[in-house]
Parts: sequence; structure tokens; C-alpha cells
Amino acid sequence: MTRRVAVVQDILSANDHLATQNRQSLEAAGVFSVNLMASPGAGKTSLIERTAAALGPTMRLAVIDGDLATSLDADRAAAAGAQAVQINTGGQCHLDAAMVQRGLVGIDLARTDLLIIENVGNLVCPTAFDLGTRARVLVASVPEGDDKPYKYPASYRGIDVVLLNKIDLLPYVSFDRERFLHGLRVLNPDLTSFTVSCTTGEGLDAWFGWLRDGVASMQAERERVG
Amino acid sequence: MHELSFAESTLELALRHAQQAGAQRVVGLHLVVGEFTLLEPTSLDFYWERITQGTPADGSRITVRRVPAQLACSDCGRACDPHDESWACRTCGSSRLRLTSGDECYLEAIDVEGPAR
Repeated sequence: MTRRVAVVQDILSANDHLATQNRQSLEAAGVFSVNLMASPGAGKTSLIERTAAALGPTMRLAVIDGDLATSLDADRAAAAGAQAVQINTGGQCHLDAAMVQRGLVGIDLARTDLLIIENVGNLVCPTAFDLGTRARVLVASVPEGDDKPYKYPASYRGIDVVLLNKIDLLPYVSFDRERFLHGLRVLNPDLTSFTVSCTTGEGLDAWFGWLRDGVASMQAERERVG
Repeated sequence: MHELSFAESTLELALRHAQQAGAQRVVGLHLVVGEFTLLEPTSLDFYWERITQGTPADGSRITVRRVPAQLACSDCGRACDPHDESWACRTCGSSRLRLTSGDECYLEAIDVEGPAR
């Protein structure tokens, strides 16, 4: 005899549960954290190098690097002065909260102010998996085209911050910045946006300022809670 | 590829609820998946057959109810068509739209067999 049992639970609820644990450990340690997502070649690793160079002298930076198989990106982050942990996903196209939980073991949170998690270079699925960071950051680049949020709305949801990178290429590429950002804002009403070039450095100061504010408010919050 | 992760999570969820209900077998699963969700049902089926082998959900079938995406205007409240690529309200012209449905991704119910406790 077949009978029906009501469940009504999000399919990724197990991942979300682990993400909540990650969030709690990071917040208890007063670490401000971001999950950096992008298509391959959008400029995630260059952005981390620029960020480490700019903020390294005044704050302690850690990087968890998700990659299909190599440690090239973690090596670049370490060379830029960050504590770096590599997670090879073994072909899996995204990081999940369990992988990050294992990665956090390799990081001294008591000696970290800012944690950057560099997701696997892929825009199809990382946005579906919460890792437990304070902010979800998308790096998009001008050559990718301004129509992408409209064509692939599922991949552009669940984002708090966007950095539109490679704006030094705007004179050479047909790209309507407002059209691109409008699509993202419909999908993510509370979006914060920065337009930057990791090549020329244009616009990066605003991003560094946003990170500094995040770190400062995280530490103030921790002191208040005691 | 991420459908494997979705399939594994679905299996874990279904087996846990089946056990709580005192059932021995899961024969059917009912998923609700929004149009703006990153889940491809055909690919899910492909992994499902493989990962359920030898489990109490072996041979079970997944039925997916797709929910169309819907946008609404934050200014006048009217519904807007998400397939009209301007993403602007045709009634009042506002560009302040928000997604009101289409991001669902949950297991609604399971069909089970075996004695209830």
C-alpha cells in the first residue's frame, strides 16, 4: 500500500545547515568573509592579488581557493601575502559548504580579519550553494556581454555585490553597463555594484573601502557581543 | 554536473523522511522546481538511477512540477513577463521589478511503502 508523506523542505537544506555552521564560526572569530564567484577568466585571481597588495599591510587576509585540480591560484594568493588553502574539488563544478568547512580547518581564524573564498571558475552553479560567507560577490567582465543576466537569470541570482571588471575595454566592446546592472538589480534588489579594472586599477579603491568597512563592522559586532 | 549534488541531497532528504514515517521503501518523489532555478530534471534522472541503486529508493520515480518565473512591478504592483527582455513594467514604465516566483527548489512529498509505526 503506497502512502504519501509531506516533506516540503529545500533540496539543498543539508548544505544550508552546514553553511549556517560556517557562518557562526566565522562570526564568532570576527572574520569578515566573501564568496567570490565568476566565469573563468573574469579576473577573480587578479582581483585577489590586487586586494592582497592593497589591504595586506593593514589587515590579515586568508584565501580559500576552489579549483578543479591545480594549486596555481592558491600559489598566487600566497605569493601576494595571504594565508592560502587550496581545495581541489576533483571535477565538481562548485564549492559547497562541506568543502569550505574542511578548508576552514587549515586557517587560523583568530589571526584572520578578512577571508576570501575563491569559488571554482564557473558561472552555472556556484550561486546555488551557500557557503556561509557574509557576502556573495560576483566578478563579471565587460567582454562577457551585457545580456547575460537576461539569458541566464538562474545563474545571476543570490548575489549581494557585483564587480564589473575590465572597464578599460569599454571603448572597444559593445557593452551597455546600465542594461547589465539593471538585469542584475531585478534579480538581486539589494545589490551593491562597483565598476573596476584590475589592469589599470580604476575603481578598485571603492572596493577596498567596502571591504575595510565590512571588516570594521564585523569586529565592532564581535566586541559588542563580547 | 551540479545535478549530482542535488540528487544526493534529495536522496538524503527522502530517506530521512521515509525512516521517520516508518516506511521501508520510497517509490516516488515530488519535486517543485522554479524556472529560474539551476536544476535540469533530465540530468537529475540520469544521476538518480545510479545513486539510488541498493538503497530503499531503488527504482523510485521523480516527478517534477515546474513553476514559471514571474516578475512584479514594485511601483504599480502589476505582473510583468520575465521573457520580455527589457525587464520594465509595461503598465507604468517603472524598471523596479522583483521576482515573485520561479526560484522554488524543494521536495514537496514522497510516496512510500511498508508498515507505518
